Amino acid sequence: MTQKTKYNFFIITILITLFVVFNGLIYTSNENENPIKLTEQGLHGQRLWQENNCWSCHQTYGLGGYLGPDLTNVYSAENKGPLYIKAFLNSGVKAMPKFNFSEAEKEALVTYLKFIDSTGYYPNYNAKFKPNGWVELEYKNEK
Amino acid sequence: MKNKAAIIFLITALSALLTGMLFGLFAALQYLIPEFLKELIPFHKMRPFHVTTVITWIVLCATGSIYFYLTQIEKLKLFSNKLMKLHLIVFLITGLGIYLSYIFGRMEGREYLAFTPILTIPILFGWLLFGINYFKTMLKQVKNWPVYYWMWGTGIVFMMIHLTEAHLWLFPYFREHVIKDLTVQWKSYGSFVGSWNMLVYGISIYVMARIKGNDAIGRGKLAFFFYFLGLTNLMFGWAHHTYILPTQPWIRYVAYGVSMTEWIILGYMIYDWKKNLSQTKKDSYPLAYRFLVTTDFWIFINLIIALLFSIPAINFFTHGTHITVAHSMGTTIGINTTILFASLLYIVSKISAFSKKQETLIKRGLWGFNITLFLFFSALLVAGAKRSHWMYAGNDTSFSNMQDSLFWVYMAFFVFGIALTTSISIIGLPILKKLINSLRV
Ligand code: HEC
Repeated sequence: MTQKTKYNFFIITILITLFVVFNGLIYTSNENENPIKLTEQGLHGQRLWQENNCWSCHQTYGLGGYLGPDLTNVYSAENKGPLYIKAFLNSGVKAMPKFNFSEAEKEALVTYLKFIDSTGYYPNYNAKFKPNGWVELEYKNEK
Repeated sequence: MKNKAAIIFLITALSALLTGMLFGLFAALQYLIPEFLKELIPFHKMRPFHVTTVITWIVLCATGSIYFYLTQIEKLKLFSNKLMKLHLIVFLITGLGIYLSYIFGRMEGREYLAFTPILTIPILFGWLLFGINYFKTMLKQVKNWPVYYWMWGTGIVFMMIHLTEAHLWLFPYFREHVIKDLTVQWKSYGSFVGSWNMLVYGISIYVMARIKGNDAIGRGKLAFFFYFLGLTNLMFGWAHHTYILPTQPWIRYVAYGVSMTEWIILGYMIYDWKKNLSQTKKDSYPLAYRFLVTTDFWIFINLIIALLFSIPAINFFTHGTHITVAHSMGTTIGINTTILFASLLYIVSKISAFSKKQETLIKRGLWGFNITLFLFFSALLVAGAKRSHWMYAGNDTSFSNMQDSLFWVYMAFFVFGIALTTSISIIGLPILKKLINSLRV
């Protein structure tokens, strides 16, 4: 092995060590304020969310597709909520597909969205901007 | 001896590019006439088709190029030709499996990897075969690797790591905790793209070195410095996707810090250009070279945008809008695709030369490509800016009113998309023809 190769391996070893520690911390980190887990019903909702590609049009925390609105806080938004969500699911309004969910499935999706809603805010209207470009988010349940 | 497997990788890749763009157009059509075709070609079905197919383009073209260089240009003896063929067969069959899974509506996966998760196993197996073959070949026959060999090795290894990481949600420990789950999901996506960039950027350095006929750009201290910078960003710089998630702040701090190191790259590009400005223009350089010059332009534009929205205060407004899409289109089309075209043109030049007429056509295609991509990109930026404005300043209008007000922007996006598809086809079809012909003789 040449000197240079050794040197490169040395740097890579350092990086990988940091990477392993970093991954470990992220994998074991708890959500800031919300260590509660999804319930069985919530997991069912999550499964439906994936199997029906809700993510291809909708976002949670701004992550997902943009053909439809973000749903992070649809559960607690003014004039919206569980009944509103259920009404949308099988309606086929605009670009939204006309799904054929049973009452139990609707309930599961609502539970999932309710859980997402409990984890935080998006958009984070009360975030504070710092001069160094940093943004301090408002977390749910912090007050 | 010819390397047919490598050529078949490339042919499949190019075919994927051409069809993938058509899927994209179908999907975009839904933005214009949502109610019209939603039963026939629903957006949520077209989008995975589009995304999977164009990612296939990038990944298979990079893979085929590397196999080709090693065996046909470097004249190395591959550790095992059988493994390479097996790799090809595994990928082709898995690809078929993915489309069947889509056609039959089995999309239990997530964004970007929507297929039924079991298919990840053969994909990982294919990468493993590639990795074994690559390292076994290279460690034995090449001492003192230039940077692109490091990059390809790194790309292959991290591809496996992050493809696996993207499926950690299969464990309840992850999917039960929504915020952690989202963080890990987007961490893996960022690094997944970083991994294929290792392959693709390695290719750009390789092709440049071959065109110039000297390996200095692949061996200097600077090349390695940028490699390690890239690797650091691959590992730790993904989190600008998740600034807005209520994770623990340190995760976001690290991401901010690491992302900002990319200013060094920007600074260096400008410095390097200034240095080269005085040199006379080299019209005699081959077609591949022109594509790499184009790449530089798109790197410049995208780097500026990426750097800006890696600043949390700016990200706050651009996140969750089409500005993110503009960035991903700008990088995958403007940067990755031009590099991969350069690679294909370089490879074709080793097989059989283009006629003057074909060359002129491809040059025109490249002009069309740059202009239409720029317009396409701009339409997305406008759409994103309007959406952001709606999110933070116009919340008394409903979502559907906001979408309606964007009709003409989406129309422009669609029309430029057609023009872009045409330009890419003008470049891609002659290459495809050459590659197919080369299999026959
Ligand atoms: C093809 C795209 C698409 C898919 C897939 C899709 N939606 Fe929608 N959805 C929309 C659009 C567009 C709207 C907005 C309709 C309007 O307001 O005009 C919408 C609206 C909604 C709303 C009301 C949001 C609000 O704030 O008013 C809910 C809730 C919703 N969708 C849930 C879902 C769920 C759950 C799924 C998956 C089972 C899903 N959607 C799949 C496109 C889609």
